[in-house]
Amino acid sequence: MTTIADPKAPRPPRARPSRLTTRGNTELYGWVFMRASGVILLVLIFGHLFVNLVAGEGVKAIDFGFVAGKWASPLWQVWDLLMLWLAMIHGTNGVRTIINDYASRDGLRLALKGLLYFAFLVVVVLGTLVIFTFDPCPTDAPLDLLPSFCTA
Amino acid sequence: MSAAPPAPPRPPAKTRKAPVGTLYRGREGMWSWVAHRVTGVAIFFFLLVHVLDTSLVRLSPQDYNDVIGTYKNPIMGLGEAGLVAAIVFHAFNGIRIILVDFWAKGPKYQRVMLWVVIGLFFVTMAGFLPRHLMHVFGGE
Repeated sequence: MTTIADPKAPRPPRARPSRLTTRGNTELYGWVFMRASGVILLVLIFGHLFVNLVAGEGVKAIDFGFVAGKWASPLWQVWDLLMLWLAMIHGTNGVRTIINDYASRDGLRLALKGLLYFAFLVVVVLGTLVIFTFDPCPTDAPLDLLPSFCTA
Repeated sequence: MSAAPPAPPRPPAKTRKAPVGTLYRGREGMWSWVAHRVTGVAIFFFLLVHVLDTSLVRLSPQDYNDVIGTYKNPIMGLGEAGLVAAIVFHAFNGIRIILVDFWAKGPKYQRVMLWVVIGLFFVTMAGFLPRHLMHVFGGE
C-alpha cells in the first residue's frame, strides 16, 4: 500500500467553475513576459543599483540634486521609465499568480486583485507623470539644493 | 529519471522526517520556489513605496530631501542591504528558472544550478556589502 497518490494517476474529477476563467493564450503570453522582462530587468536594476548605491558616494549622496542630475539625461529618463513599467507589470503579474494560488474564496480573490490593479494603476501613472513633467530647476527653490547646471 | 530503487521499509511514522501525503519533500526545488516567491513579494512592496518617495521630487527639492534624509540611518542602511540581497537572489534564480524552462538539460541540472545561484549570490554580495556598509556606517 502506498501512502501518496501515484503522480501519474488521473486527477480526481473536480467541480468545474461555472464560467471559463481564462480564454485564449493570455496565460502563455504572461509566462513568456515574465521571462523576457526578467532578463531585461536584471540588466536595468543591476545598473540602477550600481550607479545609485556603489559608484560615487553611495546612498549618502542621494538627494534632489542627484536625481535631477540623472534625469537631465534622456538615457536615465528612458532607463527609469522602462524599469518602472517592466518592474510594475512583472511584479503585478507575480502577485496576481500568488493571489490566485492562495485566495480560494471568490470574493476575497476578487477584492485582492482589485486592490492590486488599483495600486498598479496609481504607481505607474504617477511614476510616468513624474519622469515626464519633472523640472530639475524649480525657480522658487534655494539654489544650493539644485543640480549644478541650474542658474538663478 | 532512472527507475526508483526498491523502497526500504518505512520507519514508524513518529521518526519519519518528510511530511506525509505530499510530493514536496522540502528539497532544493521546493525551497528555491518558496524563496523566489518571498523575495518577489518583498521587492514588489518596496517598489510601490520607492516610486511614491521618488515622486516627491515633483513636489519640491526640500520635501524630497527631507524624506530621503529620514532614510539615511543605519537601520534603513541594513534594510537596503536586505533589499539588494533579495533582488540578487531573485535575479539569479530567475535566470535558473529560464534555463530550466528553455535549456534541454535544464531540468537535469536544476539542483546544481541552485548551488551556482547561491555561489554567485555570495560573490555578488561580497562585492556589494563592504562598500555599502562603508557608505552607511563610515564617517563623513
